[in-house]
Amino acid sequence: MAETILMKGNEAMAEAAVMAGCRHFFGYPITPQNEVAAYMSRRMPQVDGVYLQAESEIAAINMVLGASAAGARAMTSSSSPGVALKSEGLSYLAGCDLPAVVVNIQRGGPGLGSIQPSQADYFMATRGGGHGDFHMIVLAPNSVQEMFDCAFTAFDLADKYRMTVNILADGVLGQMMEPVVMNSPKMAELPAKDWAVTGTGGKRKSNIVNSLYLKPEALEQTNIERYKRYAVIEKEEARSESYLMDDAEICVTAYGASSRVARNAVDMAREKGVKAGLIRPITVWPFPKGVFLEAAGRVNSFVCVEMSMGQMIEDVELAIRCKKPVAFCGRTGGMIPDPEQVLAAIMKDGRLS
Amino acid sequence: MKTIFERTPALSDAVTHYCPGCTHGIVHRLVAEALDELDLTGRTIGVAPVGCAVMAYNYFECDMVQAAHGRAPAVATGVKRTHPGSIVFTYQGDGDLAAIGTAETVHAAARGENITVIFINNAIYGMTGGQMAPTTMPAQVTQTSPYGRDVSKAGYPLRVSEMLATVDGARYIERVAVNSAANVKKAKAAIKKAFANQAAGNGFTLVEVLSTCPTNWGLDPVKALDWLKDNMMPYYPLGVYKDGAAPEAGGEA
Repeated sequence: MAETILMKGNEAMAEAAVMAGCRHFFGYPITPQNEVAAYMSRRMPQVDGVYLQAESEIAAINMVLGASAAGARAMTSSSSPGVALKSEGLSYLAGCDLPAVVVNIQRGGPGLGSIQPSQADYFMATRGGGHGDFHMIVLAPNSVQEMFDCAFTAFDLADKYRMTVNILADGVLGQMMEPVVMNSPKMAELPAKDWAVTGTGGKRKSNIVNSLYLKPEALEQTNIERYKRYAVIEKEEARSESYLMDDAEICVTAYGASSRVARNAVDMAREKGVKAGLIRPITVWPFPKGVFLEAAGRVNSFVCVEMSMGQMIEDVELAIRCKKPVAFCGRTGGMIPDPEQVLAAIMKDGRLS
Repeated sequence: MKTIFERTPALSDAVTHYCPGCTHGIVHRLVAEALDELDLTGRTIGVAPVGCAVMAYNYFECDMVQAAHGRAPAVATGVKRTHPGSIVFTYQGDGDLAAIGTAETVHAAARGENITVIFINNAIYGMTGGQMAPTTMPAQVTQTSPYGRDVSKAGYPLRVSEMLATVDGARYIERVAVNSAANVKKAKAAIKKAFANQAAGNGFTLVEVLSTCPTNWGLDPVKALDWLKDNMMPYYPLGVYKDGAAPEAGGEA
């Protein structure tokens, strides 16, 4: 029987990463993710792992790249301005086809912004987060339990597809405490890392981890091959949760912390006799387009709830091919929408439909 | 027929892309010979930079990672912390190591990271076509210092070995040159000593190699060797800058 423990989201995720076999953590202090690094600095020595505080966010992500190239399950965590600095490494990880887990406990932006929770890095996360043609898988947990669970998923997906998995959370999920069932799922069957740099031992040809292609034809072909993998991921790995959508006439959508507020508002709308439902993307890349397109055939309109000026709303509109109106309801800068605000948006839209 | 000279096994048989007269080829061979003579090649992992040596991953017969500009010491740190029993080296130029990657270099040294850095100082950015480097000499003409490096505006060249010698975590720092047969021999001894230190687990080692760039200096190869001797060596004196363990924590100076 798995243990149930009251934990902060940041610590639950860190512990799950250790349970998932992560033995290399490279961090740099930034609020509101400091609990992750603090936990790892305590925990890693107990499991003969490596905790290293890097001299910068850029160094940290490049240490992850080195450890990953060497075959390790490696991880770094940061918050918005720090993740922006990591974008160089994220691009190189993609170019080298290396697995990695990168956590973003989002805070308000742009610039130094605020240290309060935010979802304003959606574009940065889902549009690659660096130069060149690439994607990261982006997981969007909405509870401390999911913070815990998604660490396992993240490492498995990273190794399966040899790419970065970004855990896109925010200050709410990182800082709040909830009970967590410490279930350790069975590790997926994963391909051997025969590409890793380990030293040839004089027994094999040398392995080279590289993202440079002097011939444009070769780079184009490599990128096309990588996008074929992305197409498989879009088909196989898109995840979402639907709530009261069977008879819904208005679809509310939100991910992460704002989805908890949205769900409360949906319940309040139902109490008022408005048939509202919720689609919560659990992966925001790949975006669960199919679920939205299917819903667009049944509901009258959508309300997209975000802690930003409106970023995921573009993916919603693309997913439903603009077949139905999509209203935006959000707060930004570190502010959190309240259920009454979302309810008002639902009722306004409900009246329109 | 008697073989009197052959390629050392750690060096691949690829044709390098280096310009005629460039000294990268010499330094590559010294690194490879040092690894082979110390019997370390099979457990060596190299990290290639951005710059002229970017394709070093094709020239060494060991596992290689190609790093982003300046990040080789950070990448090497990740590799070494994963395989502590391996021999990890970076091979970096002056722009990569002493400009965009200064932080990574200094902090790898400060941590006493048990890696070896081969630092090619040729006073210019080579691959991008000859721009001013952090190590470009005062008054030296480059593509981006067309009137000569004016130290009142562009600052002074950075002496990396001297700077790193002040860092407690650095174990062995030496500056060598490859402008003459005698100096090439000394350079090889230094590189070998650096790898031997790493194999013994002694910590951060760096060998700075004063090198030439005939193409971007606008000199023929022989004149370039003279220019190195006459202009670089007075500013960047050869020698051992650090050779020994860090002082004990809290110990007497």
